[in-house]
Amino acid sequence: MSRVIVDVMLKPEIHDPQGDAVLSASRRLGFGTITSVRQGKIFELEIDGPADDAALAAARELAAELLANPVIEEFTLRSAE
Amino acid sequence: MVTFPGSLDDTDAARAVRYAGAEPVPLWHADRDLRGIDAAILPGGFSYGDYLRCGAIARYSPVMSSLVPAARKGLPVLGICNGFQVLCEAHLLPGALTRNARLKFIHVDVRLTVAGAGTPWTRDYATGQELIIPVKNGEGAYVADDATLDALERDGAVIARYADGAPNGSARDIAGIRNEAGNVVGLMPHPEHAIDPLTGPSADGLGFFTSAVREFAGARV
Repeated sequence: MSRVIVDVMLKPEIHDPQGDAVLSASRRLGFGTITSVRQGKIFELEIDGPADDAALAAARELAAELLANPVIEEFTLRSAE
Repeated sequence: MVTFPGSLDDTDAARAVRYAGAEPVPLWHADRDLRGIDAAILPGGFSYGDYLRCGAIARYSPVMSSLVPAARKGLPVLGICNGFQVLCEAHLLPGALTRNARLKFIHVDVRLTVAGAGTPWTRDYATGQELIIPVKNGEGAYVADDATLDALERDGAVIARYADGAPNGSARDIAGIRNEAGNVVGLMPHPEHAIDPLTGPSADGLGFFTSAVREFAGARV
């Protein structure tokens, strides 16, 4: 068994009000050096078998089809372990 | 009238269909059979708990596997609020709905300006007409890239705008759009809550439903 991690982030040009809210809370807490927060999602996929090219291709297809909305989000894939 | 687990406004929308003189046909999310409907409404709510993204799971429901091809062939489909989100996720409409600019769930009666009266869902309105209709959403900010927005404007595909500025940060004050063919319409505000002054702020929303009924009945309701 292997694991593939998919990170999904809003595209840079899409406004992220959640990230803004976290930023303003972090300022209230005194973390004055933090200048920007963007909030995203992480998906951990457990795969039956090795994280070979075929498995990564399937994970990529799933990410493009379901995990991320290409209109507003972008994703990156990495294999873990 | 499609009901997903988590749909909330299917009862009000079915009532609006009856007010308009048609028979609402209930479709459950697990139905593949569209039961001979003349038009479909995807109601507001929180389909599948809005897990992943609003509308993202609903898009892959069995009923959508029948509805998407039917819509591509011309079946009139109106998506309201969460239904609009489902239509965007299904790529029947361009763009996406994202979290409101100030993170607040907004529930307020808004003034809309009808921008496109030429669809099966908006024929009973005049372009430029103003409507008072409730809006209630947490993820109602319409976004698309500039090229898509420019194309929507150029093709007259924006069917309604917020007259007093978008309360949720929607690009170009867009409240509703149609697809290229005009049969698929997505609308963030809730016309089904404004069909009778007894239960809503106005009866201004009824026109969306009478428009569709007239499309098939061939007579004004």
